[in-house]
Amino acid sequence: MDELCVVGKSIPRPDAWDKVMGKTRYVDDITLPGMAYAAIYYSSLPHAEIKELNIAKALRVPGVLAILRASDIPGKNFIPMIKEDWTFFAKEKVVYPGEPIALIVAESKDAIMDAWEKISVVYEELPAIFDPEESLKPGAPQINPIGNLLSLHKIRTGDLELGFMESDVIIEGVYETDYQEHAYLETQGALAVPGAEGGMTVYGSMQCPFYVLKGVCMILGLPQHKVRIVQTPTGGAFGGKEDMPSLFAGLAALAAWSIKRPVKLTLDRRADIIMTSKRHPSRSYYRLGAKKDGTLMACEARVYLDPGAYATLTPSVLWRCCIHSCGPYRIPHVKVDAYAGATNKVPCGAYRGFGSPQVIFAMERQMDKLAREIAMDPLKLRAMNALRQGDSTVTGQTLPWSVGLEECIQKAAEASRWEEKRSRYPAEDGYKRRGIGCSFLHYGVGLGAAGSRIDVAEAYVQIKPDGGAVFAVGTTDMGQGMQGVLTQIVAEGLGGIAPQQIQMLPVDTMQVGDSGPTVASRATYTSGNAILDACEKIMDEMKKGAALLLKCEPSQVRAGGGKFFQESAPEIFYTFAQVAAECSARHFGLTHTGYFKSPDTSWDSETGQGKAYVAYSFGVQIAEAEVDMQTGEARVLDIWAAHDLGKVVNPKMAQGQIEGGVVQGVGYSLMEFIALDGKGRIQNPSFSNYIIPTSLDAPLVHSEIVESVYPEGPFGVKGFGETPLMGVAACVANAVSDAIGRDVDKIPMLPERLLEKMKG
Amino acid sequence: MTGNVVVRFTLNNKEVEAVVPDNLLLADMIREHFGLTGTKIGCGMGECGACTILFDGKPVNSCLILACQANGHEITTIEGISSDGNLSALQKAFVDEGAVQCGFCTPGLVISATALLMDNPVPNEEEIRTAISGNLCRCTGYQSVVAAIQKVAEINRKKRF
Repeated sequence: MDELCVVGKSIPRPDAWDKVMGKTRYVDDITLPGMAYAAIYYSSLPHAEIKELNIAKALRVPGVLAILRASDIPGKNFIPMIKEDWTFFAKEKVVYPGEPIALIVAESKDAIMDAWEKISVVYEELPAIFDPEESLKPGAPQINPIGNLLSLHKIRTGDLELGFMESDVIIEGVYETDYQEHAYLETQGALAVPGAEGGMTVYGSMQCPFYVLKGVCMILGLPQHKVRIVQTPTGGAFGGKEDMPSLFAGLAALAAWSIKRPVKLTLDRRADIIMTSKRHPSRSYYRLGAKKDGTLMACEARVYLDPGAYATLTPSVLWRCCIHSCGPYRIPHVKVDAYAGATNKVPCGAYRGFGSPQVIFAMERQMDKLAREIAMDPLKLRAMNALRQGDSTVTGQTLPWSVGLEECIQKAAEASRWEEKRSRYPAEDGYKRRGIGCSFLHYGVGLGAAGSRIDVAEAYVQIKPDGGAVFAVGTTDMGQGMQGVLTQIVAEGLGGIAPQQIQMLPVDTMQVGDSGPTVASRATYTSGNAILDACEKIMDEMKKGAALLLKCEPSQVRAGGGKFFQESAPEIFYTFAQVAAECSARHFGLTHTGYFKSPDTSWDSETGQGKAYVAYSFGVQIAEAEVDMQTGEARVLDIWAAHDLGKVVNPKMAQGQIEGGVVQGVGYSLMEFIALDGKGRIQNPSFSNYIIPTSLDAPLVHSEIVESVYPEGPFGVKGFGETPLMGVAACVANAVSDAIGRDVDKIPMLPERLLEKMKG
Repeated sequence: MTGNVVVRFTLNNKEVEAVVPDNLLLADMIREHFGLTGTKIGCGMGECGACTILFDGKPVNSCLILACQANGHEITTIEGISSDGNLSALQKAFVDEGAVQCGFCTPGLVISATALLMDNPVPNEEEIRTAISGNLCRCTGYQSVVAAIQKVAEINRKKRF
């Protein structure tokens, strides 16, 4: 490939101008003539039969248009996800507090509030369960129609007993992590508009328009060509708008279908925190065996994720959790079992990292304890066991390329002055003590073997006669910057034209074929490849047009810097716009669709072995923390985050992903805590008491980028939106443990918990 | 029961008038009666700062103020920060420094930072972080936002000398 003109440059993202001026219209900013409002009436109990649902009084409230229940659904009361258990409305019983029971549709939000007070439900309470381990014990109350074991996955390699026999040291530990709420600034919302000829259009804040399409078709009983889903600018998602928008869009569509008017359903913050998915809490039991010299020999792990009441995305989350449970290390003997036992709590789902931060936390705490046991530097211990090119993962997958872990280690260690600080801090004394800790991570890019059927993408590219380009893809920008990054890939794919000549269309399921979900850090990699396929088809046509102008053969035409020329005489050229005009005049088709299917992966759930993912991104994170020994308050001062993400399309935006992900990770480590009452009800559904980091809590983030290119990604791109968060809890816990001289094996590290630790 | 009230105030340098319910929030009046949807509602309880506006030049959460309290006062929303599509130096710095991701908190952050720079044209990092600590951002980690504000502070410092 010729030198890159646009890819690799820090060009400001195209959506930034409208956003700084307040012009961007999110779903709640749209008001349509005749529009009504809807809100969800949800359960207050964790597990109970619905004996009576009384809506007569609520229906008499002025302004109330309808109160819809399961019996009002024209299609099916079932939200398509992985298993067939999740419903739009509770059926005969509720299985978690916050489960939708009815939908209030009214002329105004005030009328909705009045109606809410007048709905009453008579429940008969059933025994509930709140712990995923208890859930799997004999005699536990059964809460889900598919059984309490919503999913299990395993890894088996080598001979575990032999591995422990050959080990000189064995480290055991139990690790616990809590919920994390996505806390995207824009709450969930959808606006449904009945269309002509019995169709329905839904606009909304979402990651996965094709999931939403299936959900809306299901509830209305409509075929896919009658339903159109359009993503509105999305104010953050982080996984939280992967599965949930199917519910909200489906219910908005039900309301619009019912009253034959546009209906907007947006959640307030309280409802959003109570009703929507979160990161799975976890409990993990680890045993790690090693030689005295630090060579890892064996790892055994039993991991329990708390999925809440329905499976939703849990089987996929648990699979990624399982695959990543032993870290980016060579370990010959491994046995991992990961379980999800249903509980009567809000269903957990996707959250940046997707089941991996929990086990990275556990495994990386184990590594620090092992280092201490054999009196070795923890970074060196990790480095000597780290995966290199040509090594095999614990699932038996050989890594032929793109393993940038060693470079990440070097960069992070140097930038943080690891050795100096590590040797200095233990000697320090006083009320405030500092510590430093590290974590290593790897991340399987894309959906991997668990989702290989849907790891596809389509892209539509059209060249205008004046040389402008429009494109559409089926993956979404939820704030991470996909629009900017893909615009740069289009610009490069069209021979280095200016990004200002390019416009991305809103994601619309009528425009592009199913491109799978926008998750798993896959958008740039999959849509980027589909775009390049479309651009290649267009450039073939344009080279024919250029050849006519240059009076040569199409094979002699070169494109670069937004121009077409012959290699032998680059000074004679036609601009992209001139060639577009020529092609237009000659009716050469300059509208093309590109396709991409991810390379094959494989997984054998019986043997727990396989080529799990197409490629891996890597990272090394180092945290420096300070703990106030009197108050128990921990602060993260600096984090050095070195990430191998393949070719970087836009360095500044990549840095933004690192900084934002790390700070989310700091929240997860230190302060973000969901308080439940004895009935599994969330007690702190607001930002006053669910605390996320402010500008005063955020550490300085030092980003280090490593570009170990992946040959099958567009220009060598891998994908990494999730990785900056993934290792943070682990390195912060290691730093805090280093500072206070006690093992911290539970997050969040709230001051009261650390104080307790220091007393003990 | 609630009644209606007449509110007269200055909105983005223009004299305006509205008849609104007396329990209507300022944020809702701005969004619904004047169609200025750049003022966002992220929590409705004064916790997130997405609805920050300038009230007589001071940054306030417009979801915590009644619409009728605007009577006789000067309100500036994000739409009043740029003129005829020309970005302010601060808005330009937000674009260039990558301080914008999902954009939902951006209007509130721009308003808080604008207020800071009017009050203190050359703030240090601590002053910047304190001034925007009422604006939650879940995407950026704040570092690029601080860098954007520092960029304008540097321009101001050079102007001063």
